[in-house]
Amino acid sequence: MSEEIIVHRTALSIPYAWAAGRHATRFYREIAEHRKLFGTRCPRCQRVLFPARKACSRCFTETTDWVEVGPRGTVTSFTVVHYAEPQIQPLPPPLAYALIQLDGADTAFIHLVSEVNVAEIKTGMRVEAVFAESPQGNILDVKFFKPITQG
Amino acid sequence: MEDIAIVGVAQTKFEREKRDLNYAELVYGVVTELFEKTGATHQDVDNIVTASSDFWDGRTISSMAIQSAVGAYMKSESKVSSDGTLALLYGAMRILSGQFKTTLVVAHSKGSEGAPNLIANAAFDPVYQRQLGIDFHVASALQARAYMQKYGLTEQDVALVSVKNLANAKKNPYAQVAGDFTVDDVMNSGYLAEPIKTLDASPISDGACAVLLAHADVASRFTDKPVWLKGVGHCQDGYYLGDRDLTTSPALAAAARRAYQMASIDDPLKQLDVAEIYDAYSYQELMWTEALGFCQPGEGVQLLKSGVTAINGSLPVNPSGGLLAAHAFLAAGLVRVIECVLQLRGEAGEHQIPHAKTALAHGSFGFCGQTHCVWILSAER
Ligand SMILES: [Zn+2]
Repeated sequence: MSEEIIVHRTALSIPYAWAAGRHATRFYREIAEHRKLFGTRCPRCQRVLFPARKACSRCFTETTDWVEVGPRGTVTSFTVVHYAEPQIQPLPPPLAYALIQLDGADTAFIHLVSEVNVAEIKTGMRVEAVFAESPQGNILDVKFFKPITQG
Repeated sequence: MEDIAIVGVAQTKFEREKRDLNYAELVYGVVTELFEKTGATHQDVDNIVTASSDFWDGRTISSMAIQSAVGAYMKSESKVSSDGTLALLYGAMRILSGQFKTTLVVAHSKGSEGAPNLIANAAFDPVYQRQLGIDFHVASALQARAYMQKYGLTEQDVALVSVKNLANAKKNPYAQVAGDFTVDDVMNSGYLAEPIKTLDASPISDGACAVLLAHADVASRFTDKPVWLKGVGHCQDGYYLGDRDLTTSPALAAAARRAYQMASIDDPLKQLDVAEIYDAYSYQELMWTEALGFCQPGEGVQLLKSGVTAINGSLPVNPSGGLLAAHAFLAAGLVRVIECVLQLRGEAGEHQIPHAKTALAHGSFGFCGQTHCVWILSAER
């Protein structure tokens, strides 16, 4: 007996409403109102953590000062993605991501790199944030980073 | 550590899609096989620890659906939603509590039934990261490039890991991907996320595995070839990838230090006979051998090229083929333990390392090796 096994195809669709908290709210408000990027400083290790957060990941200590960083930074690693995952990817492939160390920050973070020939992305490349026209209060309020052509 | 032994192991063959068995049946099959091999009965099992994931199983409380499959009715069962090596740690601790003499540890995953990239994306926080659309391949690619650039490795260098492990896997009947691949085959296998290509990445697998732990008082009831837990270490790195130096793994180094100390290992390269490590991507085997102290930072590739980690080398790494040959999420670390047990019992078949007495099994969980668990196992008490 060779019977095709029944496969139940379905999807879980469960709405959530995640509170961003005061720190992320202020972080996104600075982008929306002033087009500025902020990290927070750990009073113990003195690192400026980006994006801004309530506590230092290493010292288990509450951050104190808000420090403006970027909007320029340096690519410390990057990848070009060749597969499509349209439910999550904000841009069609080939799309590029980089670890970017913003000027004035002591941690890097991942974001998109665009307005570039992806074959020309390099470690050490200088990039700057391109802000979204109508911010929504999420990380895509920075639309992507683009290479700094001069200066 | 008070004497605890692994007295029985079982694993399924790993495959892309195991449609004949739903996931509870998959687990039931591996547990009954374990019982047949050990002569243990359902009554001999004092308590059960399972490893599975709600997200990968697509249901809330993933262990609920396998309660009857592991024989947990009217017993104590508890779940670890992380790598199976951590379920083993929890299981051993339950015996150390003095409350139990035996623990059944079971892990399962059917990666084919979910959407791996979407599930991986959901592991990033929704406040600052998730909407970027990043997943396991992206995170690992950023780590791979950072590591390779720091030490001047080429993609061909890294491809040698896949060539070695997929050839080893030909001798492992449980493997999913195996064959005589060349560096060119890896190079031409197509980019997923540069520099990672399809043959640099572990496959998506369906499968399950089970381990029976017993206190020394009762171990001989189940086997005349117990494998003893000699040391364990577990350590976490940071969550935000940008907070970490991705070119190194201080968390794995710390986990290994603790395990070595417990097991009185001073020189792992000399004292270990075989290692099964969590190479979800080819570059990770190089990074992890460095963090485990088999060589200096940046010298993983020289260690590989020298043949030390080859199946006939002085410290074979992943003679089973490792994760590149089969990667059932959450089960993969416990499979490393099982492969070490087979080696130490002389039951590894065609990929047997002659006279293996001391083995290292490594599990990991989270992006770019966020958490690590290292086990030292021995054929001698
Ligand atoms: Zn700090």
